Amino acid sequence: MVYSEKVIDHYENPRNVGSLDKDADDVGTGIVGAPECGDVMKLQIQVEDGVIKEAKFKTFGCGSAIASSSLATEWLKGKTIEEATEIRNVDIVEELALPPVKIHCSVLAEDAIKQALSDYESKQEN
Amino acid sequence: MSDSSQEPQVYLDYQATTPVDPKVLSAMLPYFQGHFGNAASRNHSFGWDAEKAVENSRKSIADAIGASSREIVFTSGATESNNLAILGVARMYKPKGKHIITCATEHKAILDPAQYLVKEGWEVTILGVDANGHIDLDELRSAIREDTVLVSIMHGNNEIGTIHPIAEIGAICREKGTLFHTDATQTLGKEEVNVQDMNIDLMSASAHKMYGPKGVGILYVRRRNPRVRLEPVQHGGGHERGARSGTLNVPGIVGFAKALELCLEDREGEQKFVASMRDRLQKRLTDALDHVHLNGDENARLACNLNLSFAFVEGESMLMGMHGIAVSSGSACTSASLEPSYVLRALGVGDELAHSSIRFSVGRFTTEEEVDHAADLTIATVNKLRAMSPLYEMAMEGIDLSTVQWSGH
Repeated sequence: MVYSEKVIDHYENPRNVGSLDKDADDVGTGIVGAPECGDVMKLQIQVEDGVIKEAKFKTFGCGSAIASSSLATEWLKGKTIEEATEIRNVDIVEELALPPVKIHCSVLAEDAIKQALSDYESKQEN
Repeated sequence: MSDSSQEPQVYLDYQATTPVDPKVLSAMLPYFQGHFGNAASRNHSFGWDAEKAVENSRKSIADAIGASSREIVFTSGATESNNLAILGVARMYKPKGKHIITCATEHKAILDPAQYLVKEGWEVTILGVDANGHIDLDELRSAIREDTVLVSIMHGNNEIGTIHPIAEIGAICREKGTLFHTDATQTLGKEEVNVQDMNIDLMSASAHKMYGPKGVGILYVRRRNPRVRLEPVQHGGGHERGARSGTLNVPGIVGFAKALELCLEDREGEQKFVASMRDRLQKRLTDALDHVHLNGDENARLACNLNLSFAFVEGESMLMGMHGIAVSSGSACTSASLEPSYVLRALGVGDELAHSSIRFSVGRFTTEEEVDHAADLTIATVNKLRAMSPLYEMAMEGIDLSTVQWSGH
């Protein structure tokens, strides 16, 4: 697979690798994918006053899955919840110049963002 | 990919192909220019020289496998040989029956022609394998029917290296009165191969897996006890006694014979060396890393082969980190089909381990330095990727991954 320099950069220097306390009230966690499919993404956000202060990821998957989730955490930081819901997989595809066979990696990243946001929001309702 | 010219390049993909040995190349060169004749030209010395080179090569290859010259058909490679064996036997023996038997871990050059025959109304039994990649010989025996015309089981597997007990399989086929084909692409010149001792009726092999050139292969076709007949697949001139029309690849054929001769000069010594390189690599990797799973058979395995699954990391992302190391992966992301390796799936190791697999294969020109460099880089890459793997994190927390409800996608 020939990747863009941006994918390689995220792979070589992944941003925001790590984990947040999934039980904390201000943390939303999204885990998407399945090991038998070859990719699993865990994406977490920590929210303060409606703004995402921290975002972390861990990904099992190919280079573009790692890059998609790394980029997602970069984009999430500093965004409001509202703004975060507007991140689309096509934006990730464009930014990383993902080849067509890797578009599903960006879809997975968008799903992970949505799941993390909804996990956070459900915690606020309780 | 990043600029590869700055990094040391280490080739550990000898099961994909091998470099041509310099001695093989030297033997081939005269047949490109001075002795460039067509072996089918019967009325001048250019043709005679070419024919002589072909017949000398044919004799030396035949002698090496316990065959006679007239039993060797030259082809363009093992894929063509396999097609000719499967399709050629099936069509010739159609009056006898319409059933063939093969196994789940065969090369696609066997499975695809077999599937093609299904469309023509044939029945194909595909034997399953156990976790080490072995078929059950009793299952084979009972799968052979009155109308079975061919059993095709490879000698050594290209992905996991498992070596099938060819002599025993040959004996079963002989006893049952069905023809036996084996794809010996990975074993000729490496393992003991003798068509008499092993009751082999047809056998495919290729030069480029044993330090010869690409584009040349053989199909051994038994002529006595029993005499095997083939319906040709390729028509046009009746070369190779009508079995395979087409101008002979004279330099390639000379290269095949020379490559095999070199392999057999000290076959056991070379295999010992190759196994020592493989074992060194395996030991370094498994000493440094936990959760490493060996795919294939620890013992009945090709000396060059090391197929490992590094749990919790994905194969393609590993290859990205292993700069300059040429290996293969069974991960879906590295395949054109986007499916994980069907060979690993056949072992029942689970798709997640197939996604995490790397096939290392060492060979004649592998050095200890190369092995150590590849091991270091592999270890560093696995550690780096595990540090960012949610699966590794969960496993370390004691979570049984098989009990997790995954969302899929």
